[in-house]
Amino acid sequence: MDKKFYNNLIVSSSPHIVTNMDTTKIMSMVILAMVPSLLVSVYVFGMRVLVLTAVCIAASMFFEFAWNKLMKKQQTVGDLSAAVTGMLIAFNVPSGLPLWIAILGCFIAVIIVKQLYGGIGKNLVNPAITARIVLFISFATEMTTWPLPKALQADAVTGPTPLGILAEGNAADLPGNMIMFIGMHGGSMGEVSAVALLIGGLFLIWKKVISPIIPAAFIGTVFAFAAIYYAATGTGDPLQMGIFHVLAGGVMLGAFFMATDYVTSPILPMGKVIFGVGCGLITMIVRLFGSYPEGVSFSILLMNVLCPLIDNFCQKRMYGGAKK
Amino acid sequence: MSQKHLPSIHVHHYKHTAGCATEVMPVPDVVKISMSQHIGAPCKPLVKKGDYVKVGQLLGDTEAFVSAPIHSSVSGTVTGIEEVRSANGGKDTLVVIETDKQQEIYEGIEVPVANDLPEFVKAIRASGLVGLGGASFPTHIKFNPKNIDAVHTLIVNAAECEPFITSDHRLMLEDAEDLIAGCQLVMKFLGLSEGFIGIEDNKMDAIQHLDQLLAAKGITNIKTFKLQARYPKGAERVLVYEVTGKTMNAGVLPADLGIILSNVTTIAFVGQYFRNGMPLITKRMTVDGDAVARPTNVIAPIGTQIHDVIEFCGGYKQEPRKILMGGPMMGRAIFSDELPIVKNNNAILAFSKAQALVKEETACINCGKCHQACPFKLIPTALAKAYEMRDAQALSDLKVMQCMECGSCSYICPARRPLAFTNKLGKGVVKEAGIK
Repeated sequence: MDKKFYNNLIVSSSPHIVTNMDTTKIMSMVILAMVPSLLVSVYVFGMRVLVLTAVCIAASMFFEFAWNKLMKKQQTVGDLSAAVTGMLIAFNVPSGLPLWIAILGCFIAVIIVKQLYGGIGKNLVNPAITARIVLFISFATEMTTWPLPKALQADAVTGPTPLGILAEGNAADLPGNMIMFIGMHGGSMGEVSAVALLIGGLFLIWKKVISPIIPAAFIGTVFAFAAIYYAATGTGDPLQMGIFHVLAGGVMLGAFFMATDYVTSPILPMGKVIFGVGCGLITMIVRLFGSYPEGVSFSILLMNVLCPLIDNFCQKRMYGGAKK
Repeated sequence: MSQKHLPSIHVHHYKHTAGCATEVMPVPDVVKISMSQHIGAPCKPLVKKGDYVKVGQLLGDTEAFVSAPIHSSVSGTVTGIEEVRSANGGKDTLVVIETDKQQEIYEGIEVPVANDLPEFVKAIRASGLVGLGGASFPTHIKFNPKNIDAVHTLIVNAAECEPFITSDHRLMLEDAEDLIAGCQLVMKFLGLSEGFIGIEDNKMDAIQHLDQLLAAKGITNIKTFKLQARYPKGAERVLVYEVTGKTMNAGVLPADLGIILSNVTTIAFVGQYFRNGMPLITKRMTVDGDAVARPTNVIAPIGTQIHDVIEFCGGYKQEPRKILMGGPMMGRAIFSDELPIVKNNNAILAFSKAQALVKEETACINCGKCHQACPFKLIPTALAKAYEMRDAQALSDLKVMQCMECGSCSYICPARRPLAFTNKLGKGVVKEAGIK
């Protein structure tokens, strides 16, 4: 090439290289991490699970796309955060939920909770959790009609969740912890299999997508609270009931996939501990003393609201910040 | 001994040129020697148009305390003194010399003799030496600390944590004798009892080479120190912590902790200068990037224009859209390849469109990766929000002034936010508000 001088160069501030791990890749990993649970759910509840999941993802992405189009904002549907929200909504409802209710949930999550507050990164609370609570309160019957695992369907096709059984005081009828761990019991479609959620959660921790602090604090608090409660009241075996409460309901799904939502959880490690412990405490208070059998979504929602305060409250320890 | 570490990130190394032995490039037709190649007052040209200058002859100097003299890298005729825009956008004066390719050595060049610290410091000043790792702080000031009796340790910064750059690596393989001699000189005159050469563990051949040489010479008070090959282990405050475990608080100098910390090229130059007496007139640098035909390591005369250096490396194989002086993490993007090489250049990187494009910024998702990446545990996302509000007090409380602009936060940000740049702007806000 001839000797040429170049004077039309891009001048920008350093650094001049960046990691290839962008928001879209992070969201893809979260979706990937939810696949094991989805597969177990299909096995347990049948093909309706796939229909519901597909509809929720499509609806959430459509709402995100349409809103940005309508408001002439930067198109963010490609970052896949709406897909994650849609998938989480599907995971948080019974597999037999009428599709229109699920779509309404997606609208609440994406438009009301996320976009009205400014879109990705600006929402105060977790969209999927909030949508679940709105649906739960508005459509109490549909949202608590729990299909039973196909393998267990004898005379009834629906029945109470393990936490529902517990709330009615029939502790003797609870499924064993091994069954709970694998996921052969009634519940929201994506929350039944603790082992599948654990695999997904550990994958995210291994890939450094999420920090282990919130899940560890959340699950640890649930276990400790339950163990202490049952030891103090003598109403059950502390170890067994501690494990039961960790495996039951939405604890695993909430701890690994929803309490760890970046936008609505604290940044600082100490804040993450407070956040996780808070989630665990509220969950157990609702379960053991409240009128609802399950408290995971309420706990995450309440802690979401506290998140800015927690981040402000935490002492920031910078390196060498001391005055000389 | 378990070593303590500050937070760091893994940055892809891109050390393509690690195996490229340094080539000495021939003297170009024209050199343009900057009068401002150091932190501090620029030099005044001591030559005028029409003067004939020789290699090593003094071209510029000043009375100012913080400064270093500048010497001619070639023999030839001064054809002009140019006022130009410098790489950082300020003003600069260039002495333009048409070379005669004879490389006639200036008569005054002689091997310096020093018997005590003041003589040593005087010789260092006369050599024009500045911190060659990037900061270009005049070395004769660093080697003359106020608390001379309290300093005890030499730390040589050979981390070379910037991606792409391998010039320090090559130096350790090719000029290890000068490096060790430089260490011994500095330690002797400053009364330092021990020396550590901090090298990242992606340069094991350099570590082994130095270890063997030190052992062969029977030197026991200078040791290599293996660092993790993570970014930014070569930052001053990070390196001090990694090597000694001591925390350098804000506003503290290494000398306050009894440490003289200097870049490996700087120290090796000391050895070289006391061997041949030639002032700082050439510089070893890595030339790389996907727009360069033949990436390699080059020793070029200071003042060589960048396009001449690239030309020596086979020219551009595709149109460059971004040219960097220095590495990709902290290096400066320059506006023209006509700018000349200065003392602290350790790399010239030319990127094509594919490598140079600035990625589109998206919304912060509050992931906290910037905080986890920051060696000083700052919270760049919070700083960015404070900057958006132009909140000087919040910026100051969040310690924006501590930011060393290493770029780890921007590198790691999944939303491609220019956090290091925002910090840089945030410092301006704090300074403007006069918050101490």
